[in-house]
Amino acid sequence: MSQVSPMSSTSPIGISARPGRRDIGLGRRYAAERRFRFYGMAAIGFGLLFLFLLLFSVVSKGYTAFQQSMITIPVAFSEQVIDKDNERAANPQKLVSANYPVVARNALAKVLGVDEKDRAGLKAVNGLISDSVRTQLRDLVVADPSIIGTTRDVTFLASGDLDSAFKGQINLDVPEKDRKISDRQVGWMNQLAESGALSKHFNTGLFVNGASSRPEAAGVGVALVGSLYMMLIVLALSLPIGVAASIYLEEFAPKNRLTDLIEVNINNLAAVPSIVYGLLGLAVFVNFAGFPRSAALVGGLVLTLMTLPTIIIATRAALKAVPPSIRAAALGLGASKMQTVFHHVLPLAMPGILTGTIIGLAHALGETAPLLLIGMVAFVADVPATPLDPATALPVQIYMWANEAERAFVERTSGAIIVLLLFLILMNVGAILLRRRFERRW
Amino acid sequence: MSVSLLLLVVAGIGVMGYLAGSWRAGALAGGKASSLHSRPGYYGAFVAVWSVLPAVLVLLVWIVASPIYIGSTVRDGFPEEVKAEPQATQNLDYNMIGAISRGLSLLSAEERTALFADGSAARTVLAAKGVPLAADPAPYMLTSADTLNRMTVASGLLRSALVVLVALAGAFFSYRMIAPKFRARNRVEGVMLAGLLAASSIAILTTIGIVASMLTEAIHFFNRVPAWEFFFGTVWDPRFAAAGAAASAGQFGLVPLLAGTLYIGFVAMLVAVPVGLFAAVYMSEYASRTLRSVAKPLLEVLAGIPTIVYGFFAMVTVGPFLRDISAQLNGLATGNYASFIQAQSVLTAGFVMGIMLIPYVSSLSDDIITAVPRALRDGSLGLGATRSETIKRVILPAALPGIVGALLMTASRAIGETMIVVLAAGVAARMQLNPFEPMTTVTVKIVNQLTGDLEFTSPQTLVAFALGITLFVITLCLNIYALYIVRKYREQYE
Repeated sequence: MSQVSPMSSTSPIGISARPGRRDIGLGRRYAAERRFRFYGMAAIGFGLLFLFLLLFSVVSKGYTAFQQSMITIPVAFSEQVIDKDNERAANPQKLVSANYPVVARNALAKVLGVDEKDRAGLKAVNGLISDSVRTQLRDLVVADPSIIGTTRDVTFLASGDLDSAFKGQINLDVPEKDRKISDRQVGWMNQLAESGALSKHFNTGLFVNGASSRPEAAGVGVALVGSLYMMLIVLALSLPIGVAASIYLEEFAPKNRLTDLIEVNINNLAAVPSIVYGLLGLAVFVNFAGFPRSAALVGGLVLTLMTLPTIIIATRAALKAVPPSIRAAALGLGASKMQTVFHHVLPLAMPGILTGTIIGLAHALGETAPLLLIGMVAFVADVPATPLDPATALPVQIYMWANEAERAFVERTSGAIIVLLLFLILMNVGAILLRRRFERRW
Repeated sequence: MSVSLLLLVVAGIGVMGYLAGSWRAGALAGGKASSLHSRPGYYGAFVAVWSVLPAVLVLLVWIVASPIYIGSTVRDGFPEEVKAEPQATQNLDYNMIGAISRGLSLLSAEERTALFADGSAARTVLAAKGVPLAADPAPYMLTSADTLNRMTVASGLLRSALVVLVALAGAFFSYRMIAPKFRARNRVEGVMLAGLLAASSIAILTTIGIVASMLTEAIHFFNRVPAWEFFFGTVWDPRFAAAGAAASAGQFGLVPLLAGTLYIGFVAMLVAVPVGLFAAVYMSEYASRTLRSVAKPLLEVLAGIPTIVYGFFAMVTVGPFLRDISAQLNGLATGNYASFIQAQSVLTAGFVMGIMLIPYVSSLSDDIITAVPRALRDGSLGLGATRSETIKRVILPAALPGIVGALLMTASRAIGETMIVVLAAGVAARMQLNPFEPMTTVTVKIVNQLTGDLEFTSPQTLVAFALGITLFVITLCLNIYALYIVRKYREQYE
């Protein structure tokens, strides 16, 4: 453009006097171009913004779940309360059914200086203690009955409401009758916190405990074990079957109607809504084959069927990426077709296959809908010993907690989501590292 | 022997067969490996295959067939008046006999004789052993249970003997077949090929399983509720499955569910399509390498987040936020601080689902846009078009069929999505056009009808399968059509 007309540049009148360049709408067109670019950037920004919002929302709500408020006070294992008539020698059941919450309540009341006659006060004190103290103290006493009559320091869980208040999640400006913790209880809370009796500990219960209707005692332990069983089943079944199927389709299958049908089928199966697999599992595995409901085995089988197409597609891509010269060389040296594939092609494709498998597994780990249908929405308090026992899975546990109303469960849910996301990140990073480390460019 | 022990024994025979076969091949070659047709390992593998495969097949057939045979024999032994009863009652009786037989096997010899002498105490005796019975057993049941027990034990013994025998026989005959000229490798590879074929047929079996299982249950449903009432009914009110079953006549209208599904899917596409398309265009045409290498994986993280997390996000963050902001807006406009957007609404579910779908749209369209030949771009740019003009007038029209295919695939995902709508869309099945009100979807109702205690006989449960097959057919059609378009488009430029 600079050399459009050497004549005009010598003209003393200059540019302004020219009749003007023909307006070909360049300004308008460049503006449109800038607008268009801006839309593109805005779209990417929008997506990323919501990614961060989502993660921020989950993390900010959930990081507190990894800490739990505990009360440590001297507890007097009073014979009066536990075994008034001293009949534990004759009737061991007495120790199991004793009223342990009262033991804890009395201990706390003593620390707080609440009078024994103050019924409302005692009730409020009770509201600070988690119900799980019953089993905790019972286990202590049953294990060693000689502690009856003595006083020990015991650390037990604070109630969900106290926990929420102590973490500052309950708005104390709200009128007293509208919140779950009274002014008096808040006063006690501050008193306990100052004396060091109430403090926050790392929440191991979150990873160990099973389902509980009390948020402070609920954990994802059962769900983790259930998910682990399912992942093992999925890995053990879908990897060999998926690899075998892909080898057949990629290396051996003749081009005919049947192969075409299988191909179309696999592509479609990859896009079938996951809930349909749940219906399949319910009808075939539970109803027809008679496997137990809520079992990790059924969940694993359903997730296997769901993951297979993903693994097959990834494996076929990995096999395709091995250059034909490798095959030609092996065949030329006298290897049979089968030897070529298993001795040369498959080892070279393995990194790609494993990457695909890990990504498929990560997908299966986060899947919820099919598991709801085969009855894994169950209240399971005990860790399942075998894959045939009732179990839940991590995402299903999240779903169940998400439906609970209490504030403390929102925190637990977010905490469980963080655990789930951490596992997914771990798996995906593993897949990426695997790919970086072993990927070969031919 | 239990099945697992039996399998272990068979595997042991297989390993022995492998070792023996390889050894014999080596011995026959006499140190000159080239005189063998295959390498010694293949002879071993041949023996192993012949010892394991037939035995396992026999075992499988036995496991499936023997309970059926035993069941029919025991039923043949029923007294005539029991045989006259309806099939359902007989099934209940048979279940009870099964429970009794389990209890009987726990008893000691004396307890057994005592029980057979006086059958009236059966219920208490068995309950003490941890086998509760629903009612006092009829006298014939004890004898039937005894027959059942004896036959089961006999069947177990026979099974073990037969399986081990087949394994040994297979090992023996295949061992005898080994000779230097014997083409062991080809035989073994034939078996391997059959295994590979079987693995790839699982894909077809799954599809057949989905269609067959859902069709049978759906047909049971349509036997109770006419198909036209289901497909064209406008009221969804299934009621609860009453114990009597017959009295509970709910209304199963698909239309409101389908309307909700499509509406929420439409809102989701309204968010996902422009954002995803612009993101894809920017990524493929404008972005620098570094931006692309950062932003693309980050956007794809959105696709890796489990849907339950989106559902939770919608429920506790987006829903309440929309509700509160609508209250503020309403307050500013009218002075009345009442929210007009409900926390669970079409908008909440659709919007969050749209965010989830962004990466699907963007990565699918990215692939398609990149596949448009370089020459088209260069031609357009060379004629003086700006980049955006090239995109709008050349690339997008050229990529249009592929993009439409990608959008159809995304739409099928939106229709089949479950967890977001379960948590954020609500459960009220109604037909209306206000996006601020809750609506419900097909998937939500499948989950609702199938969680909790189920009876596979009530229409309340079976309707879930009718809904499921509807969903399956819709998504299948969308996908097949999309695949067809994409495939056709790809060939255009290759």
